[in-house]
Amino acid sequence: MTNSPIVALHGTPAVAGGNAPSEICHSPLAPGGAHVRSVRDEFHGDLLEVSMGPHHPSTHGVFRMIATLDGETIVKLKPVFGYLHRNHEKIGENTTYLGSMPYTDRLDYLCSMTNNWAYALAVEKLAGQPVPERTEYLRVILAELTRLLNHTCLAGFLLQDTGASGTPLMYAFREREKILDLFEALSGSRMMCNYQRFGGCRVDASPEWLEAAKRLADGYNEFLDEYEALITGNEILMARTQGVGVMPRQLAVSAGITGPMLRAAGVDYDIRKVDGYGVYPRFNFRVPLGDHGDTYDRYMIRVLEMRESIEILRQAFAQLPSGPIMDPKAKIRGFKPKPGEAYGRIEGPKGEIGFYLISDGGANPYRYRVRPPSFINLTVLEDMCLGHSIADAVIILGSIDIVLGEVDR
Amino acid sequence: MESLEQIRDRLLSRYPGAELSILNNPSPSAQHSLVVGGSAAREIAAFLRDDPALQLDFCSNVTGVDWPDKEIVETTRTTIPDPAGGPPKLVEQKTKRIQPGYLEVVYHLYSMALKQGPVIIRMRTGNRTDQVTLPSLTPVWRSGEFQEREVFDLFGVVFDGHPDLRRILMWDEFKGHPMRKDYVEPDDYEWEPTPHDEVLAKAKAHYPAPAAPAAPGANAK
Amino acid sequence: MTDSANTPTPLSDADRDELRRQGILLTSLEELYNWGRSHSVWPLQFGLACCAIEMIAASMARFDIARFGSEVFRPSPRQADLLIVSGTVTKKMAPQVVRLWNQMPEPKYCIAMGACAISGGPFKQGYNVLKGIDRYIPVDVYIPGCPPRPEALLNGLMTLQEKIRGQKLTGPNAPRHLRADDACEYPVPEFGETDLVPPTNPEVWQPPTIVRPDKP
Repeated sequence: MTNSPIVALHGTPAVAGGNAPSEICHSPLAPGGAHVRSVRDEFHGDLLEVSMGPHHPSTHGVFRMIATLDGETIVKLKPVFGYLHRNHEKIGENTTYLGSMPYTDRLDYLCSMTNNWAYALAVEKLAGQPVPERTEYLRVILAELTRLLNHTCLAGFLLQDTGASGTPLMYAFREREKILDLFEALSGSRMMCNYQRFGGCRVDASPEWLEAAKRLADGYNEFLDEYEALITGNEILMARTQGVGVMPRQLAVSAGITGPMLRAAGVDYDIRKVDGYGVYPRFNFRVPLGDHGDTYDRYMIRVLEMRESIEILRQAFAQLPSGPIMDPKAKIRGFKPKPGEAYGRIEGPKGEIGFYLISDGGANPYRYRVRPPSFINLTVLEDMCLGHSIADAVIILGSIDIVLGEVDR
Repeated sequence: MESLEQIRDRLLSRYPGAELSILNNPSPSAQHSLVVGGSAAREIAAFLRDDPALQLDFCSNVTGVDWPDKEIVETTRTTIPDPAGGPPKLVEQKTKRIQPGYLEVVYHLYSMALKQGPVIIRMRTGNRTDQVTLPSLTPVWRSGEFQEREVFDLFGVVFDGHPDLRRILMWDEFKGHPMRKDYVEPDDYEWEPTPHDEVLAKAKAHYPAPAAPAAPGANAK
Repeated sequence: MTDSANTPTPLSDADRDELRRQGILLTSLEELYNWGRSHSVWPLQFGLACCAIEMIAASMARFDIARFGSEVFRPSPRQADLLIVSGTVTKKMAPQVVRLWNQMPEPKYCIAMGACAISGGPFKQGYNVLKGIDRYIPVDVYIPGCPPRPEALLNGLMTLQEKIRGQKLTGPNAPRHLRADDACEYPVPEFGETDLVPPTNPEVWQPPTIVRPDKP
């Protein structure tokens, strides 16, 4: 039995016998309707079709993938979506502009602050709404804290997927709680912050809050050192991740991959630098790039990005001006932008999160669309998994960093 | 970066028969878009991707928009000279016209190589019922693969040339396209403490108010 | 002093404490059984949406669900006692949730965590959102919040423990798993053209009746 040839585009190998007669046997321990099925094929003997999910501990929620295996090697893998499709866009079209702000929290529920910002940015573009300088700085501070939070959790989950059950995730969540305490002190809610407004933000940060945030940012490098000493040089992690799930540059660009995944493939594209939205052009920071595009690179890029985030935070705390946090001319009630459309995007922790809005002059958007980074990053899941074993597919999926609230919306 | 007019003119000189027009965006974002006819769309997309001055290699966002049939009332005023020789009469005539609806697919293109963008292209279907086929741009930009499937699922645009066009978010047995403006949800209303607007209408249908009791004193006699 | 000569008087708590001090532990089988079960409720490792993150947070160092004997999140429903429905149940997901519930062995309990699992929550108006998991499976404890804090989950768990401790082993009020006529299997809904078929399980859930107060 030889490995089937890998066809580059869409990764559908020639062997996958979709219409071949198949016998279905239900595995007694496979929960949630998962089944294992053998697909008989005249030339290659038995291929095994395994349905992973939607209830599976390592699919980060209710993601499902159907993998066709040749022995233990994946020859075909199709993701199945929609198990958390909760009609975000339809609800957004039936709600006022401001009414959608709390819903954006629940898109990527680890990073509500960046979702808020992306949405506020799109609406501000649509309405031509300026933002006070202090708010711009606060937005940067909160977005970078969110990036720290997301990347820390991702490292924990990735390690959990490799089998380091418990300990790294415990460390990650310890730090996450510290950041969530800050979010809670500022916005009143741990996860669903609902903090940004069109032309400003909801409440101002007190000096004590800023002091606490500064302390956290200053101490974060120490945590990262400890965390990296535990993980980065670990031989098992290297063996499991290096050379696994390599994504070529060409494919990454064509498939619209964004965020740390794209930069791990060596493409220099960071929207903070390219668009220069907010006050990012005022900060001095570097964009880490990967060499190999494998899972280890994707992990390392995130660690390096966290270190740059700490630098940005330090500069932001030093430069933070005083002043109003809301544009005095901004309308909260009866907000009706003129007809037109706008697409606003920012560099979220998972990639480019964008909002596309069409206004017909009414109080609700005519069309409300979210450009979800982790959904589009999943496009290449099959290409990265082909030729690897199913245990590697779990790690590759973990390194893509998906959140199902955003994948299915 | 070139303006949209320059891009259009260059495209027209390259593809003389192509249907191209610019849709102006009056909002402060000023993101104007290029409406591309379906016939040559894939060639034009490949040109936009490969042209050295544009290099729009990154298709960021693909989305559908539903524009249902619109009733337009036009008022025409004609003056009829009075046959009796008096002052001419002004007659207003109102004509109703149905502007046929269509589905629209919007692509937001950026260039990762030159770090510029966006260029927005849109394609429109003939109507909303039987002429809903558009060429798929997935062979040009792979990132359209899942997003076009989503547009197919939620809006009902059929992409010609898409490698794997199936429902993506809803289940396979599902009928209808829920993101269309005229989609009617299954009526599974249940009691709500504060019904309002459409929910109030549903509430009234499901829980009609009890018949008004007979006026007191009516049975007294 | 009329009937007490025939029926045994239950020991008062003070008497028991006195005996306990002397090194004598008195208990009933029912109490021991319920005490043991209530402190080893193993949840299913099953996250649906936002609430799942708070569920994970509850099992981590700061909130430490292990204090309540529930830190053993089992990946397989065959080994789990508690289904925490942590997040929005969509119509596409609902059959899988019911199937997971069917695969869990009795005695089993269900916590609806968060507004979405209770009623659909903020996404109630969505075309693909189930308006509460209690339409298909029986729910023991509801935890409101969007999402509930980890403390709220711990409170819900303690409420469930109290409920378990109050269960009678015999008699007409015996819990579901001790009754011979228990159905065990709940019908799994199927995908219809616009909705699930059937849209609810009438044995578990009936639409609420509206009470209109008479106008003065």
